[in-house]
Amino acid sequence: MNTPQRLAVRNLSIVFGGVHAVEDVSFDVEPGETFAIIGPNGAGKSTIFNLISRLYEPSAGTIQYGQQNLLDLPAHKVVHAGIGRTFQNIELFEQATVLHNLLVGRHAHMRRNPFSNFLFLPGVRKNEIAHREKVEDIIDLLELAPYRDERIADLSYGARKNVELARALCAEPTLLLLDEPASGLNNEETDDISFWLEDIKHDLGVTIVMVEHDMNLVGLVADRVMAINEGRLLAIGSPDEVRENPEVQRAYLGVAE
Amino acid sequence: MEFLFKTAYADDIRFLAKRGEKIRVGIVVIFLLAAPFFLQDYYLGELGLLLVYAIAGIGLMVLTGHTGQVSFGHASFLGIGAYTHSILLSYGVPFTVSLLLTLLVSAAIGMALGRSASKMHGFYLAIATLAFGILIETVFGEWASLTGGYMGLAVPSLKVFGFSLAEVWQQYYVDLVIALLIVWGAANLFRSPTGRSFVAVRDSELSARCLGVNVEWVKIQAFGVSAAITGLAGALLAHHLTYLAPDVFGVLESLKLLLMIVVGGLGTILGAVFGAIVISVLPVALSFLKDILPPSIGQTAGIEPLLFGLIIVLVIVFEPGGIYGRWMKIRFFFETFPYYRKSSFVRQKSYLKTERMR
Repeated sequence: MNTPQRLAVRNLSIVFGGVHAVEDVSFDVEPGETFAIIGPNGAGKSTIFNLISRLYEPSAGTIQYGQQNLLDLPAHKVVHAGIGRTFQNIELFEQATVLHNLLVGRHAHMRRNPFSNFLFLPGVRKNEIAHREKVEDIIDLLELAPYRDERIADLSYGARKNVELARALCAEPTLLLLDEPASGLNNEETDDISFWLEDIKHDLGVTIVMVEHDMNLVGLVADRVMAINEGRLLAIGSPDEVRENPEVQRAYLGVAE
Repeated sequence: MEFLFKTAYADDIRFLAKRGEKIRVGIVVIFLLAAPFFLQDYYLGELGLLLVYAIAGIGLMVLTGHTGQVSFGHASFLGIGAYTHSILLSYGVPFTVSLLLTLLVSAAIGMALGRSASKMHGFYLAIATLAFGILIETVFGEWASLTGGYMGLAVPSLKVFGFSLAEVWQQYYVDLVIALLIVWGAANLFRSPTGRSFVAVRDSELSARCLGVNVEWVKIQAFGVSAAITGLAGALLAHHLTYLAPDVFGVLESLKLLLMIVVGGLGTILGAVFGAIVISVLPVALSFLKDILPPSIGQTAGIEPLLFGLIIVLVIVFEPGGIYGRWMKIRFFFETFPYYRKSSFVRQKSYLKTERMR
């Protein structure tokens, strides 16, 4: 379970009413690479993420992660297959501390039994400490120690972004879906993110798929880029190839005729 | 100021880590243990009732405060507990066994309600639980062969392990033991994975789901745990009431429970206890006031609901964190003296949460 797999998306489509939010999109993400999805607003980038994490039901197509057909899993089982994610609009547990948030991140690896938890039997205590150790590794990696006991509601936007990344990592994913990891961050914070993404990739061996508008960051960390517009695939290739692609330029800048 | 130096992960798990907390909780526990020695029977009975309401409050707090699922029909679990316990006792089931069975019956009915409520949000959930409350009240009234119907049901006297506990102080100690157990257990719940998953569902169902939390199942569990605790409170309440009638467990009682946790402070166990204190002390304080006030005001009917209403309005306007929130501020004031500022607890604007995938 702990080795990254190939993510294979084939002919993926989803229709909302009459809108084809994603139409016939196919791509592969190789184990260990960093794959970026770009496109104008409303292109269907986040929708692809929501399809992979099973929040939406596709109208057609398949999503395969290694041997696992993701469409067989309910949303809360996707993380057991090794896929973690963050959200564009930060979905943290606001009233809880950073530590608490990260421990929920360990949830996929925890056993829960209200009865033994109510009595806090010795086994529960032992597990708590074992999971805490894993969480501390991530806290060290992302330098979150100063915030450990802060409530999310008291944190700045940039810190929240990091906490969300950390929480996704606590689940020990082999594939990480990052929805705009650098949006709303200043240059310094974006630099930090790009270093961390390198660390995550090299130290933890995690495959990264990210949606991002910041082309500098994409150029810096992405091995391959996929551009989509209006739910359709425009181009897949190295960052430079995609940037040079006339279709992509037209989608972003309008027609130059 | 007191600084906590943590040297092991166990320090974060431990209860009462601060010296101040130890002292405060110690004082309260000693007071509660010693209460029968200096309180008159009437006040001791009221204190026992307070503990029972604290248990019921914790039950509702687990569901509404921690899991974010509002319930306008929670008095029905109080009723289910009270009736189940009384009926079992009248069939000769021993007290401890009856209490355990009551726990299980309440939990089962709670989980059944949770099963149907697990996909509902906001208003729909409120209406569904309200309907459940009315339904259960009607069942108590109409199922006369079992519950005695609107004529009521006499509660068998309190006997534990064959010993008759008819004295007020004996009953008080039964309440106290169970109340302490529930406070401890509920606190345990929230330092372990189950409680964390409850809070996760309250704050963001979306990300809870993506982290592997089965949101529907967690809600069913929360309903189950909450109903079990409230049912237990109902069983103890039965011994205080000595006579059960359906209208005791109506919508007004549900609202009282809800008022309790809102005034006490949503999302904290201590809040439920504070709320229970308000609910129990207010009528006693009012009866004092009635003697002091001129008869034209003091004897007016409906002054009690008026005051209840006034208190809830004032709390919501001036202290949304409830009494617990105020308590935090007072403590912070003294712990960090003289650094407290008016803006110490002012919330910054919270960031927009996505509404797209509800």
